[in-house]
Amino acid sequence: MVASISVVEDLCGESDDSSFVDPVDRAIIVETQGGLPLVSKPYHAVAIKLGLSAEVVMERIRAMQRSGAIRRIGAIPNHFALGYKANGMAVWDVVDEQVDALGHQIGRLDFVSHCYRRPRYLPEWPYNFFVMVHGQSHPEVEKKIEEISHILGADCRANDVLYSTRILKKTGIRLK
Amino acid sequence: MMDTVDRAIINTLQEGFPVCDQPFAKVAGMLSLTESELTTRLQALLDEGVLNRFGPLFHTERMGGCVTLAAMKIPKSYLHSVIRVINGFPEVAHNYERTHEFNIWFVIAAETLAAIDDVIAGIEQRTGFIVYNMPKEREYFVGLKFKV
Repeated sequence: MVASISVVEDLCGESDDSSFVDPVDRAIIVETQGGLPLVSKPYHAVAIKLGLSAEVVMERIRAMQRSGAIRRIGAIPNHFALGYKANGMAVWDVVDEQVDALGHQIGRLDFVSHCYRRPRYLPEWPYNFFVMVHGQSHPEVEKKIEEISHILGADCRANDVLYSTRILKKTGIRLK
Repeated sequence: MMDTVDRAIINTLQEGFPVCDQPFAKVAGMLSLTESELTTRLQALLDEGVLNRFGPLFHTERMGGCVTLAAMKIPKSYLHSVIRVINGFPEVAHNYERTHEFNIWFVIAAETLAAIDDVIAGIEQRTGFIVYNMPKEREYFVGLKFKV
C-alpha cells in the first residue's frame, strides 16, 4: 500500500489564526503525542484520563484523521535502528514553473520520505527542492538520487546532497 | 534481535492502526498472534529503540502549530558553543549536523509564527551567526514506510 500524496498549503504562512484545534482535540493530542497506551482498550484508557467517554475520543480521533490533523496512527520507526544508515537530504535548483508538477511526481517514489519546496538564498543557497532519501549505504542513496535527477531532467540546474553526520537533538515536536 | 514476527508487526503497524474498542486484538488477529503477544513485542521494540513511538502522527500545522527548517553555516571552532545555544531552545525539535558548508540544520516548532521568529532572532543574537529560515512553501509528500 502506498500512502496518498498529501498536498498541503503552508497554513501557517496564510493564516493569523493558528489556534484551530479546539480544547477537546487539544487535550487528546497532548495525551497521545507521546504514544498510545499498550493496553487492550487504548482509546478507553485515554478517555478515562481526560474524563471523556471512549466514543467521544474515538470520534474526535476519526475526525482528526479526516481533516488531516492526524496523518496516520501506528508505529514510527527509528530508521537508523532498521538499518537505514545513510540518510541524505538531497536538494535541487528546479525551475520555478516546473517544480510543483515535478514535486508531485517525485513524492510518489517509494523511497522518498519527505518532499518539499523551500525558499532559495541566492547566491549562497540556490536550491528550492528538498527530498529526504534513505538507504542502507551511500551508494544506494546516490543511485536513488540519480533516479530523481533523471526525472527532473533539464528543469534542474544544480543539485547537492547533505548527509547527516550527527544527531544533535531529537526531542520531537510537542504541544505544551 | 528482530525476528520475522517483529518484522511483520513493524510493517503492518506502519500501514495504520484501527480506531475501535480493542484495536490490538484486531491487529493481532491479522498477524495470527494473541493480543498480549502483540503488545508485549511492541513494548520490547519501543524499549530497544527500534520504534521511536507508537501512536498518532500529527500534522503540526493542522493541529494549530507552526514549524520551520532552519540552517546555519558554522565554522568548526564555533560549533560546540553554537550547538549548545540552539539546543537550549525548547522549540528546537530536531537538530542535525550535515556534510556541507551549511552544516547545521534544525527544525523549530512553536504555536505561532511570531514565536518562531523570536527563536531565530534569539539564536542570531546569542551566536552572531545568520540563521537561514527555510519554511516549506509546498509539501508534496510526507510519510515513508520502512520495509523490514
